[in-house]
Amino acid sequence: MSASDGRGGAPGLGRRLEAWLPQIVVSPIFALSFFFVYCFIGWTIYISFTKSRMLPVYELAGLLQYERLWATPRWYVALENLFVFGGLFIVGCLVIGLVLAILLDQRIRAEGVLRTIYLYPMALSFIVTGTAWKWILNPGLGIERVAHGLGFENFKFDWLINPDMAIYTIVIAGIWQSSGYVMALFLAGLRSVDDEIIKAAAIDGAGPLRTYAGIVLPMLGPVFLSAIIILTHLAVKSFDLVIALTGGGPGYATDLPATFMYAYAFQRSELGMAAASAVMMLATIMAIMVPYLYSELRGGNR
Amino acid sequence: MGFRKIASTLAVASALALPAGLAEAAGTVEVLHWWTSGGEAKAVGELKKAFEAQGGKWVDSPIAGGGGDAAMTALRARVVAGDPPTAVQLKGPGIQEWAEQGVLADVQDVAEQEKWDDKLPKVLAGIMKYDGNYVAAPVNIHRVDWIWANPAVLAKVGAQMPTTWDEFNATADKLKAAGITPLAHGGQPWQDATLFEVIALGVGGPEFYKKALVELDQDALSGDTMVKVFDQLRKLRGYVDPNFSGRDWNLATAMVMRGEAAFQIMGDWAKGEFLAAGKVPGKDFLCAAAPGKGFILNSDSLVFFKVSDKDEQEGQKVLASLTMSPDFQKSFNLAKGSIPANTTVPLDDFDECAKKSKEDLQQAIAADSLVPSMAHEMAVSRTVRGEFMDLVTNFFNSDMSSQDAAKNLAAAVKRGQQL
Repeated sequence: MSASDGRGGAPGLGRRLEAWLPQIVVSPIFALSFFFVYCFIGWTIYISFTKSRMLPVYELAGLLQYERLWATPRWYVALENLFVFGGLFIVGCLVIGLVLAILLDQRIRAEGVLRTIYLYPMALSFIVTGTAWKWILNPGLGIERVAHGLGFENFKFDWLINPDMAIYTIVIAGIWQSSGYVMALFLAGLRSVDDEIIKAAAIDGAGPLRTYAGIVLPMLGPVFLSAIIILTHLAVKSFDLVIALTGGGPGYATDLPATFMYAYAFQRSELGMAAASAVMMLATIMAIMVPYLYSELRGGNR
Repeated sequence: MGFRKIASTLAVASALALPAGLAEAAGTVEVLHWWTSGGEAKAVGELKKAFEAQGGKWVDSPIAGGGGDAAMTALRARVVAGDPPTAVQLKGPGIQEWAEQGVLADVQDVAEQEKWDDKLPKVLAGIMKYDGNYVAAPVNIHRVDWIWANPAVLAKVGAQMPTTWDEFNATADKLKAAGITPLAHGGQPWQDATLFEVIALGVGGPEFYKKALVELDQDALSGDTMVKVFDQLRKLRGYVDPNFSGRDWNLATAMVMRGEAAFQIMGDWAKGEFLAAGKVPGKDFLCAAAPGKGFILNSDSLVFFKVSDKDEQEGQKVLASLTMSPDFQKSFNLAKGSIPANTTVPLDDFDECAKKSKEDLQQAIAADSLVPSMAHEMAVSRTVRGEFMDLVTNFFNSDMSSQDAAKNLAAAVKRGQQL
């Protein structure tokens, strides 16, 4: 009896181990990301309530840093830029990505080559994109000079150095970089639409425009949502593109919250205020992500 | 070990006349700095050579990028981790900020032995001290308020080097009419702020400068003189070429060299660029003090951090002594374009511009018109400096009125002082 008990125990342990194995494997990664992501988010939030300057201090100072942040004109410039850049960037990428995807979906020749060409900018880092566009848009080097060289002496394209227009150069470069990726998302979505439905629509006498607007696009709802989520977080955390393209200039006309935070944390020795701006950015992302996650989870339960 | 000691003693005895007590063990130093561009790298190479000539071990930690921002980030991380470098290139009120954290080591005994107080201008000595003790050694004195000019370009419109801002404006208008860019400038916040402070001294005078840019007096910041300063800055905005945005200062200097622009208003590190390109002062380029009375001081220094290693503590003392030694101050400043911080060093081998700088420095000390640079972190904390730069650069790149600028400046500085 006792022998058979012993034999029965070993596989029991093994089976229990097997049941726990995924958790055991995952837990170090979980612990690491918990520490390096969530603990540091907590630390940043704490620091934003202190008078920290060059080095962190841990004495609480209430909402002082937030009051200073919201009294700083540069922060408003950064926020306004975020809305201008974010809005145009997201809409631009969606429209161009969708149009490209629909055109590519027409069973054209050399689709593979074209798809790669449009997707290729995604393979570049934002630094490369920014630097290349900096040269293209520089009035003394790029488009303006080429136009002058061709004889159009009055041609003027100085957005890069015009404080009112500089933010739009970032939009241009951003859309160039990311619309190919959105195209790929939409293309995958379009391919998953059942051919039968489109054929049925054609039999009912719907033209191509009507078919897309009335039938295909509504079916791409989830793709739209994912694309918007991805583009939103790209926009909010944009940093390298601005640094490479305009360096935040002219003046600080193209500051975004991310570059604002960097400037305050690393150039100005104002850890506290930088932390406060980081918390504001986190809050912005949360305002978008939480409803999304909520709808996703609810969708999962259904 | 013994051999090394003998070798180092011999090297010192033969080459450098240094106090024997400091020379016998040269120790190790790790120096964190961002002297990485051409002339600067050469200059710091002189210090390394001199230190190694004494048998010491030099660990070089150059961290390029962002005008020292990257180096500051590295320094912060290392101090927090309890492993600071032996000496760091730091300056101005930044020294006090670190000293307040209790992480600096003083080199007062070396300073007393070598009588640094008698060798340094008082304004500069004050910046090097914390609680009355030296925690840093200055390597040079840069003058910020210089105008550099290309004589061939000036000759084209028959102009001389201007001595007042009105003359400057008149010459610039002539140049502009002749199709030449009057002012080579790079649209980076610190360069805009450099123009601003040079005008503040020139238009407002040293008393105003001290009140507004050092003591941060609210009335001076928002007053009529400040409005005039912004008016002149607005004039300069009209004299730069359209592509100035984001340009590095040395590219602006190159524009003057090539005759594409007539003037540059920039500290004497610009001279290093001219000299490195083989240009001769007085012939290929001219240097003159910017209109106005006074001398805007900028100075690099090595700051000593508390280290526990005996060897490094030794090295620290040797480095402090070496930094102030006439031989090093001479070779470093010849390479960098500045003048020695140690005012007892003779300037025989220096060029005309440097000699003029020294002369003006002594006059400024006598007339109490030597002022620390705001744009170059000598006068105010990084926080307040940041507020200055934001406002000035915003003014330079927009059509803000001078009245608004002065008013906003006072508010911005107040915000910066809240901490």
